[in-house]
Amino acid sequence: MDTLMLSRIQFGANISFHILFPTITIALGWVLLFFKLRFNATGDGKWMEAYQFWVKVFALSFAMGVVSGITMSFQFGTNWPGFMEAVGNIAGPLLAYEIMTAFFLEAVFLGIMLFGFSRVPGWLHTLSTFLVAFGTSMSAFWIIVLNSWMHTPQGYEMIDGVAHATSWFEIIFNPSMPYRFIHMMLASGLTVAFLVAGLSAFRWLLGDRSGGVQATLKTGVYLGALLIPVQIFMGDLHGLNTLEYQPQKVAAMEGNWDTQSNVPLLLFAIPDEEARENRMEIGIPNGASLILKHKADGVVPGLNDFVTEDGEVLHPPVAPVFWSFRIMVGTGFAMLLLSWFAAFKMMRKGRGPAALPRVALFAMVPMAFSGWVATLAGWYTTEIGRQPWLVQGVLTTEQAVADVPAPFVGITLAAYLSIYVLLLGAYIAVLFYLARKGVSGDVPRPRTPLSGQAVASNVPAE
Amino acid sequence: MEMFDDPARWLPFTFAALMGVSILVYVVLDGFDLGVGVLFPFATDDEKDTMVASIGPFWDANETWLVLAIGLLLVAFPTAHGEILTALYLPVAIMLIGLILRGVAFEFRVKAPTPHKASWNAAFLVGSLMTSLSQGFMLGKYIMGLESTLGTWAFAMITAVFLTVAYSFIGACWLILKTEGALQAKAVQWARGGIFGLALGLGAVSLATPLVSARIFDKWFAWPEMLWLAPLPILSALTVLLLWRSLSGLPNPQDKGARTPFLYSIVLFVLAFGGLAYSFYPYVVPEKITIYEAASAPESLMIILVGAVVVIPMIGGYTALAYTVFKGKAAELRYD
Ligand code: HDD
Ligand code: HEM
Ligand code: HEM
Repeated sequence: MDTLMLSRIQFGANISFHILFPTITIALGWVLLFFKLRFNATGDGKWMEAYQFWVKVFALSFAMGVVSGITMSFQFGTNWPGFMEAVGNIAGPLLAYEIMTAFFLEAVFLGIMLFGFSRVPGWLHTLSTFLVAFGTSMSAFWIIVLNSWMHTPQGYEMIDGVAHATSWFEIIFNPSMPYRFIHMMLASGLTVAFLVAGLSAFRWLLGDRSGGVQATLKTGVYLGALLIPVQIFMGDLHGLNTLEYQPQKVAAMEGNWDTQSNVPLLLFAIPDEEARENRMEIGIPNGASLILKHKADGVVPGLNDFVTEDGEVLHPPVAPVFWSFRIMVGTGFAMLLLSWFAAFKMMRKGRGPAALPRVALFAMVPMAFSGWVATLAGWYTTEIGRQPWLVQGVLTTEQAVADVPAPFVGITLAAYLSIYVLLLGAYIAVLFYLARKGVSGDVPRPRTPLSGQAVASNVPAE
Repeated sequence: MEMFDDPARWLPFTFAALMGVSILVYVVLDGFDLGVGVLFPFATDDEKDTMVASIGPFWDANETWLVLAIGLLLVAFPTAHGEILTALYLPVAIMLIGLILRGVAFEFRVKAPTPHKASWNAAFLVGSLMTSLSQGFMLGKYIMGLESTLGTWAFAMITAVFLTVAYSFIGACWLILKTEGALQAKAVQWARGGIFGLALGLGAVSLATPLVSARIFDKWFAWPEMLWLAPLPILSALTVLLLWRSLSGLPNPQDKGARTPFLYSIVLFVLAFGGLAYSFYPYVVPEKITIYEAASAPESLMIILVGAVVVIPMIGGYTALAYTVFKGKAAELRYD
């Protein structure tokens, strides 16, 4: 493989690994603040219990986010020097603001949030929790601004192949930014909702009936049930925005080759770029036209419009975009089903988690990571859908790649991948280990009888 | 000064200065916590816990200075950023993997099941070593103008070892300040051992830099510059002596002077850094690209500067808050 391909895989692997942890920390910070505020207001120990369990998950995820983020900031220079050379005047200030307004804030107050509980007054601890949550959201904001600008650039002029800013307002509030930012924040909220629900369901299944588990299980389910319809609605708006600015991406998402009316919504198909057609199509008649144009005979752009006279292909690879989009949407509907079912059960019987049937609890455990799946699938849709461009219409990925020998990229890629696999395994194992340990009660709390199984898995505390 | 009339001149200079300050702050702050990691093999298991506790609340913010430094290089001098990082592709990757291992080991060593703790301690050590060694290697390559020959490689290997020694030295001084009892006594021994390596390393770099570059030679050994540069080496030598003296009075029952070695070692780092900065100015890629050639457009630098002027004092403020909250001897790290 050549340097370009290897660099793309390396960047994709690094950012995919990175985003797993920010998606957790962004929303978990706010959830922790919620737990802390509930505790401040009610004095009920179950909220402190919830806080103390989840703050550990937060600390671990944060460390993973930081170290993989540092890798990201070096990757621009090591793998994509052309990126900063061409659009550094735009990307630079945005990244600088992220570092200055967000990274330091998070990093400094994290110390106080984690280890300062008995060293600082209560209000300062609560304030630190708030500042950490605020910091992670700020950093999401700036990086999403940059990423959105790469999809829908405006507010700049090109002088000698280098972009110069003409309006920072237009750059920051570029057309896809609001959609992308809200969609990402909701994605983070959903990831955390299902992670919290999933791990709490796991503890419940092990026999833990403590107040803390009840509280977090409820929080997770209700948060998920609340956010998912909003996310689906936002996703639809996001798609309409993309249709306006990157029609070739929407054509790939829909697997639509020819610009035409009455386009079906494909549930299954195998896009074939050689033959430029789909095989084994199963679709809902007029579906895509209805979603994208809100009428059955709406005209939807097709991929064939993005091939030049002499056969140069200017649209993204179809199959990966088509399929990752379906994985995201599919996961979204699975989330809707599960969270609404569980929320409905809990509300109707008024008995809280005790009303949940075992199958719902069992389904929640693997769904703990559904947020990761949907988020990654969403990013693949977005990013692969922008190819061959790195900055839409301004810079192609090929122009930005570094002149580094392919074996260097290959070796480091192999090293990163093996570390990532190892760490991901360790991370998930430790989450479940902490959950099992939580069952045996490593935090002081009003004792409730535990089931035999849970006692058997008693492990000595740290 | 006419320099300040033209934004295309004073902005790059200001940003080079900002970047220099972030690198210096990084080297001092992450230097001591990397050093603590490098000293791991010499400590017992309980001592390891105390050592980690002494840096636990700080390491993340310390590393953020690296992100800021590399960020400033990236945003203010984009062409240089690409040039430097592609030339240092492999050592950068080694450093990043080191930082990953080390950063996650902080968390995993206390959260993973107890039998795994030893492995995560090992990851912490290996990560700290990889990071320090590769940073030293990159420093050496940079001094040698990013050339790849056998000679520059050998020089870079030497700076790799010396920087690691320097980090473990400042790490030991940090432990003298933050710990007590047997561990503190050990830390004093580590610092006494490290000081020779440190002096040797400073000497080697100071000699090698003017020798490899005629330009740097001329900058240092010209009249009258020599006159006002002379304090730099003299002060450094003096600081080494003072360090040695302050260490010989430690540990003592009143814990008197436990901060002194750490403060002196900061002075030493500042002096060494000042010397390097003087040698390389105005180049950002030695002998190839000056800061003025590599700088981003003034309008972009201006908008960053506005933010920096507002935000950097705030960062200073809350960093001070964190060091105040966690002052005194290191205690066990607890979430409650
Ligand atoms: C939507 C959110 C999001 C996205 C798309 C990215 N990041 Fe990130 N990043 C975060 C959200 C985040 C965060 C939530 O703010 C983190 C996670 C844990 C943390 O410390 O902050 C973070 C940490 C983090 C750090 C460590 C900061 C520290 O020392 O505290 C760096 C250097 C980066 N990121 C850099 C990047 C780069 C260069 C990216 C793109 C190419 C990127 N991130 C994508
Ligand atoms: C955090 C979520 C993100 C994920 C999971 C993600 C994922 C990906 C993937 C999979 C690719 C490879 C596409 C391909 O080559 O076919 C890619 C490309 C790229 N993305 Fe993103 N991306 C994310 C966010 C960002 C952000 C925030 C930026 C910029 C600041 C960015 C910049 C790039 C660049 C420079 C490329 C080109 C390199 C390449 O083609 O591999 N991405 N991204
Ligand atoms: C079920 C209905 C959903 C729809 C219709 C939808 C729609 C979309 C669309 C059209 C894009 C591509 C934007 C572009 O063109 O660049 C996108 C991206 C994305 N989606 Fe979704 N989405 C849905 C659910 C979800 C869920 C449940 C998650 C995560 C929990 C999620 C996470 C993401 C992420 C992280 C991105 C990439 C960032 C971005 O461009 O905003 N989506 N989504």
